[in-house]
Amino acid sequence: MTQYLMLIYQDESLVGDPPSPEVGMEHMAFIAANGPALRGGNGLESAATATTVRAGGPADFMITDGPFAETKEQIVGYYLVEAADLDAAIALAKQVPMGDGCVEVRPIRVVPGAVG
Amino acid sequence: MPSADVVAAVADAHRREWAFVLAATVRVTRDLDLAEECVQDAYAAALTAWTQQGVPARPGGWLVTAARNRALDASRRAATVRRYLPLLVSDDHADDIAEQAVAAADPHIPDDRLRLICTCCHPALAIEAQVALTLRLVCGLSTSEVAQAFLVSESTMAARITRAKKKIAAARIPFRVPAPADLAERIGAVLAVVHLLYTTGHSAPYGGELVRGELTERAVDLVRMLRVLVPEHAEVSGLLALMLLTESRRMARQDENGTMVPLEHQDRTRWDRELIDEGLALVRDAMRRPGKYALQAAIAALHAEAPDYATTDWRQIVGLYDELARLWPSPVVSLNRGVALGYAEGPESALAALDQLIALPQLAGYEYLPAARAHFLAELGRTGDARAAYDEAILLTGNDVERAFLVAKRDALG
Repeated sequence: MTQYLMLIYQDESLVGDPPSPEVGMEHMAFIAANGPALRGGNGLESAATATTVRAGGPADFMITDGPFAETKEQIVGYYLVEAADLDAAIALAKQVPMGDGCVEVRPIRVVPGAVG
Repeated sequence: MPSADVVAAVADAHRREWAFVLAATVRVTRDLDLAEECVQDAYAAALTAWTQQGVPARPGGWLVTAARNRALDASRRAATVRRYLPLLVSDDHADDIAEQAVAAADPHIPDDRLRLICTCCHPALAIEAQVALTLRLVCGLSTSEVAQAFLVSESTMAARITRAKKKIAAARIPFRVPAPADLAERIGAVLAVVHLLYTTGHSAPYGGELVRGELTERAVDLVRMLRVLVPEHAEVSGLLALMLLTESRRMARQDENGTMVPLEHQDRTRWDRELIDEGLALVRDAMRRPGKYALQAAIAALHAEAPDYATTDWRQIVGLYDELARLWPSPVVSLNRGVALGYAEGPESALAALDQLIALPQLAGYEYLPAARAHFLAELGRTGDARAAYDEAILLTGNDVERAFLVAKRDALG
């Protein structure tokens, strides 16, 4: 089994802040249907609340307001899942509520001794 | 020294059995690189062994056993290192490599070629990577041969193949025949790769040679293989028919000076009747459930059956293009339909249809649109407009043979 991180990218203005009850219901249904494969997951506060800390600059770090990249679609939430292979992970990703957005499926690199 | 017979037998086994031997070996190693290495060693060993013992009755079985034995040795040597490397996901859990290698002596080696080709053509890989992996792993071409086919440097192609293999291992793209519910879609993806290989070989987009025969032959071999592996998919027959019917005209596409000869002026006695007959039989089979390849093959079949260009059944061709556009809406289909309309109804109809396509961004930079317009403008006697359209097409083409053809057409306008 391999773990995959599913990053949900959506146009935040369409999701709502906080997300509409309908979006919440869709996620509850996804979680209910796929419970055994899920290892974690949550929604994220809006990208406007993000802070980016970058190494370098006069004070060793540069702190900026906002997300790493200002794009129309932002990461609005994630799931950590466990699946037998990429085909199974893609089958899960197709069920993730994503509106008009998309889900990026990234395999987790297993680092010996890493937490969680 | 291996005799010429043995060298020929090994070369033949390379061409016919590479995919079978590699797929059977991957099932044991569950590591593409190791499997490739073992299979290459097995082919090298065959030169000596077959010289001493004679060519075996089943060269493929001999090669699988040899490759799997090498895999077993390698895995014993490197057991501790390999434990930490990601292995390919497979649906059988007989992980014990020794047990698998013993099973290799069994003459009934399961045919794993479909697994291999579905792994290479997985939609999670970029299309360029799918094509490169298919040539490398399924057809057994060397990285330098694949690089030459696509006119990129060997280091670029090596990096592309390495990246794709890394993704297969890290993201766990499975070495497995897709679930029945997904199979039709996945076979569609495989056919798209094979078709791209064929068209790249047939009309090389760049460079001096109009046909890169090696690629078209490999593509035909691949579809023949798929016909054996998934005979129930009508589109496989459709694509094979399309390729054979296109291939049948190969000798007539260029004259002795290398100048491109368009369909209209081809010497039809130089068409390969054997390929045409095989293609026609396949079209009839594929048209029971017409998909996009079957429809294109049916159009090629009407050309193959026509005694000459003028008496071709252009109305039926327009009808087939209409059906194709419904199934597979594409600007290129509309362009071809417009050309067929010109022969069915006259140049005015063609230009009316083609002019609607000029603004489409997908066709910007596509030399066949201005070339087709130029042809029908010339028929109407609009010489100035025709010349401008030929100039545009000449500017856009990257193929030397095509450019020479277009320049000749323009200069003949007077």
